[in-house]
Amino acid sequence: MATIKRTVEVELSTSGMDAQGRPVRTPLAVAADGSTVTVAAPPSMEPELEGEHMLINLGPQHPATHGVLRLVLELDGETVVRCIPHIGYLHCGFEKIGEYRQYNQIVPWTDREDYLNSIGNNVSFILGAERLFGIDCTPRATVLRVIAMELSRIASHLVWLGTTCIDIGAFTPFLWAFQERENIYSLLERWVGARLTTSATRVGGMAADIPSGWTEQLQTFVTLFPKTIDEVERMLTKNGIWVGRTIGLGAMTADEALNYGLSGPMLRASGVAYDVRKDFPYLDYETYDFDVPVGTNGDVYDRYLVRVEELRQSTRILEQALRRLPDGPVNIDDHRVILPPKSKATSEMESMIHHFKQVMEGPRPPIGECYVATESPKGEKGYYMVSDGTAKPVRWRIRPPSYVNLSAIPKMVEGHLLSDVIAINASIDIVMGEIDR
Amino acid sequence: MTTPFTPMVSGSALPIDAPAPATSRNVAHRGGAVNPSADALREKFGSAVRRVDVVWGETSVVVDGTRLQEIVRWLHDDAAQRYEYLSDLTAVEFRDTEQPIEVVWHLRSLAYRRFLRLKVLLVKGAPLEVASVWPIYKGADWFERECYDMFGIRFAGHPDLRRILMWEQYKEGFPLRKDFPLRGRFSRAEQLRQALAANPEARYSMEELSIADAFEDLPQEMLARLRSGEKTGE
Repeated sequence: MATIKRTVEVELSTSGMDAQGRPVRTPLAVAADGSTVTVAAPPSMEPELEGEHMLINLGPQHPATHGVLRLVLELDGETVVRCIPHIGYLHCGFEKIGEYRQYNQIVPWTDREDYLNSIGNNVSFILGAERLFGIDCTPRATVLRVIAMELSRIASHLVWLGTTCIDIGAFTPFLWAFQERENIYSLLERWVGARLTTSATRVGGMAADIPSGWTEQLQTFVTLFPKTIDEVERMLTKNGIWVGRTIGLGAMTADEALNYGLSGPMLRASGVAYDVRKDFPYLDYETYDFDVPVGTNGDVYDRYLVRVEELRQSTRILEQALRRLPDGPVNIDDHRVILPPKSKATSEMESMIHHFKQVMEGPRPPIGECYVATESPKGEKGYYMVSDGTAKPVRWRIRPPSYVNLSAIPKMVEGHLLSDVIAINASIDIVMGEIDR
Repeated sequence: MTTPFTPMVSGSALPIDAPAPATSRNVAHRGGAVNPSADALREKFGSAVRRVDVVWGETSVVVDGTRLQEIVRWLHDDAAQRYEYLSDLTAVEFRDTEQPIEVVWHLRSLAYRRFLRLKVLLVKGAPLEVASVWPIYKGADWFERECYDMFGIRFAGHPDLRRILMWEQYKEGFPLRKDFPLRGRFSRAEQLRQALAANPEARYSMEELSIADAFEDLPQEMLARLRSGEKTGE
């Protein structure tokens, strides 16, 4: 494995530490004439353990594995020789259950897979379902969905930032990140009534329009949030300890990252500018002005930089979306796929029939299949759906980005120290709900 | 505050009134523009390409299972195709039991911004086996393990094809097959009995136990059980 040499200007390094954040230890002794001389370190008291490898079990119940991930590590001293991941402790059979549910009934399941990005998953799934039905949502719903996706991207990156700080040993940014995340959740709570399990979308629209005064609250968030990013960056980006614990770790070259199927910030940190929003646009993302941050070295430090920059870019998209949010209905006017308003359903015969048919049978897409990918905070989140013309999908497949990203962990940790496994694992940004499904 | 982080792909926003691209909207249910790679595949591999469909703007190519690896390698390596990214790999079983099982590969060409779906049909009754694409895409490792775990499809050439989401001693079959009941094949009482009878010590696979002296350090009674053929691992 090629080691990477880079210089990062360190501002907040503590005295007695080198640029890598490691303490400078020089054993000193005083000679007879009073001058200090350097003496060799004393011989190690450790017994000779050469050639003997140790088996370490990390997880599944370990706070730094971000869920129920289990890694079996073979160690030579402190160096990881081999890593064997075990997953599946949270397997619930979402895809099997989806084959027995109507499309709108699957939406609550999408909350629970990648639970840090629940409203983003709702939108991704419903984009796939709408492709299968051959319908388009209204212009207002399109912009609202962009707002939902970018809000959840920020919320997810903030959780990643906070927990990674905890893993690496910084506590304060965790509090700042969770404070901002709280603002996002209160916005979501006012909009759809739930904080975590939002279930916000329906085929052909949204469960609810935004309440009055909501855009002003979002505008306040968009105005204040960049200051928090600046604070976090001032705390971490040039911090000697942070740089020392992240730089050069778990590096993947661009070719390796592509070949291993990594996506999202993991892939972009390695230097591949693949962002689904730019390359295969959906929800009119091609009309928004935003940049795609791309790293060069593909190590933990670059992944951190990419994610922090994505926070800024998401804020830019939110600003533009707020400016262009049109008036008009949030649901399409096609009551074969979306419920008519309750007042109509209780007063008009036709609406009542639509209401009954939809609740009892569910809307039916034509025979077909589609794979719709969106850029989730973790990477390319794809939904592959196959319909045989009935109200329930034949197959509902989730393409979980963190599942693929995690599959490269043996490649990333082998050769590093045991303590670096925690930092590398944190940098993947895994959510076990999505990996095990 | 500036970051030490400069390289960036700058955004290019289209004007709002620009015509909508054909990728996300205004796509027909059937027909429409075919991915040029489908014609290239026909030209190169001839009869190995069984069928080309365009559904909702996405091109699906049904190919001969015996030549799959060759076709995927060509798509990956050829300078005019460059399908360097494996988006997804999965299988579909239909409710109609006569229909063959479809194994599906979703490939992306980032250089040309193309998306291609490859399919291989596996007839029921014959062994469910298809070539692994792991030698071409390392990312296929866990996809193929999951596909084997859920559907029982074997991928010839995969280095370590074992269950991934279910545990290794799982005996109920392949959960995403249509003949598998939603609540599982065994009754709740049987599932509970098996869970209680499981050996809680056997949390490591034999491969893991062979690391260093861990295997020799196990209790004698457990060693005897392992040597008599008891399976370990999850």
